Amino acid sequence: MTFTVAIQTEDFDVQHEVAQLRRGDARVGAVCVFVGTVRERNDGSAVASMELEHYPGMTEKSIQAMLTQAQQRFDIYAARVMHRVGLLHPEDQIVMVAVTSAHRGMSFQACEFLMDYLKTQAPFWKKEVTPQGVRWVDARISDDQALARWGIALSNSPSPPLK
Amino acid sequence: MSATVHVTVRYFASIREAIGQGSESMDTTAHTLAELRDSLMARGAPYNDVLARGRAVRMALNQTLCDESATLNMGDEVAFFPPVTGG
Repeated sequence: MTFTVAIQTEDFDVQHEVAQLRRGDARVGAVCVFVGTVRERNDGSAVASMELEHYPGMTEKSIQAMLTQAQQRFDIYAARVMHRVGLLHPEDQIVMVAVTSAHRGMSFQACEFLMDYLKTQAPFWKKEVTPQGVRWVDARISDDQALARWGIALSNSPSPPLK
Repeated sequence: MSATVHVTVRYFASIREAIGQGSESMDTTAHTLAELRDSLMARGAPYNDVLARGRAVRMALNQTLCDESATLNMGDEVAFFPPVTGG
């Protein structure tokens, strides 16, 4: 296992994934893990549940391309991205990005880079169930700005392209 | 007479819901994604609304993000969807 992605409806076990990721590689001195979870509130409304849709095939392909970019930009040994789809509830895990490197700096940076990339370029869509009804979540300009910090001017939100 | 190509068109999220189907196959004389989008919008509602130029519509050709200038070839898979919101 080096640079891999998994899209699934089932939950994932972070401890197991980290153990798998660094197994047999004694060069590793740092593991950075980000886990995204479902909040009970979003944009001022209570969220009872959310449905995550994706584009089978393209989602995996786009994340694999991000992993290749991360591998080229940062001195890292392995990375794993897991993302759930389907019906999720507050407190559920949605996404995990785990990265290994010799020292902490590279894995911290690569982990953030991968999340910033994923937020704006991987085809996932969230639909929330709130007391006001069902609504599709809007893309955020701040997510485009987060990606721009890495020198990547790709826009996703409905705003004009970043200069 | 223009050459026709056979393509699969896929819709996701709010666009899929508005159109009422996730995928369709069609023969088209469109050469580019822009022309294909025009021909879909020419069907009228709901296509002319959800694919309108003022809307934030993202496109992919053969599962790679692209813009409207992308050229269509036989057997291509095209997708229309709103800005992504994963993570």
